[in-house]
Amino acid sequence: MTPMPVMEGLLLAAALFVLGLLGVLVRRNILFMLMSLEIMLNAAGLAFVVAGARWGAPDGQAMFLIILAVAAAEVAVGLALALQLFRRTGTVDADAVAGLKG
Amino acid sequence: MQVTFYLASVVALLATAMAITRTDAVHALLYLIVSLLAVAVVFYLYGAPLAAALEVIVYAGAIVVLFVFVVVMLNLGREAAEQERRWLHPRIWVGPGLLAFVLLVELGALLTGDGPAATEVVAPREVGIALFGPYLLAVELVSLLLLAGIVGAYHLGRRPAPEEAGR
Repeated sequence: MTPMPVMEGLLLAAALFVLGLLGVLVRRNILFMLMSLEIMLNAAGLAFVVAGARWGAPDGQAMFLIILAVAAAEVAVGLALALQLFRRTGTVDADAVAGLKG
Repeated sequence: MQVTFYLASVVALLATAMAITRTDAVHALLYLIVSLLAVAVVFYLYGAPLAAALEVIVYAGAIVVLFVFVVVMLNLGREAAEQERRWLHPRIWVGPGLLAFVLLVELGALLTGDGPAATEVVAPREVGIALFGPYLLAVELVSLLLLAGIVGAYHLGRRPAPEEAGR
């Protein structure tokens, strides 16, 4: 049995991260931006798990659990903000709240 | 093992690319679920069964359900029934369904085969020992973060009380 490829796993994590980053940069709908943030956090967790598997250590999965909790907290607050944005402006366009722009 | 990994990677990348390019939030969510399930398969292949299970339960389960709730709340009352009918059209779910079917075939092959024997499996027991040993402080911090998340989401998500609505 050949071991699982480490480089390919890290490349997959990097590709998923870049896709999520593209989503955050390109989309203006705040729901899609939050979804892309989830993809980015998930890719970071994938990198941790792959690196942990490389050394057969549980630390990678421990860090993944912490990332999981961070993602859950982030999405709860983010979606509450999205609801407030929709209630106040009637749209889910993130550029609708550019009032602080100098 | 390698073939399974590459297949799951391709499914994950395809589903993610579709998810960030959809115009309808529900279509994007379907593809996002498939992407998360594919990553769960990759976790399992890398000998991380606990991470794979939590990926399915927390990411594809809880977090995506939160997104669905918000999508439903944003659409409340506005031609909701007609939209529902459009969402049930086969053209919408056949793409995610096909990708998910690939994952199902992989799962069947993994379960009937000899499992992820390619790498050393890090059992949930070891992860638990690590979490409540050297990472105890991090676990406590995460519990505080989740509490802050609950309170923040409740505060931001509530409707304004009548007396402060005029402000």
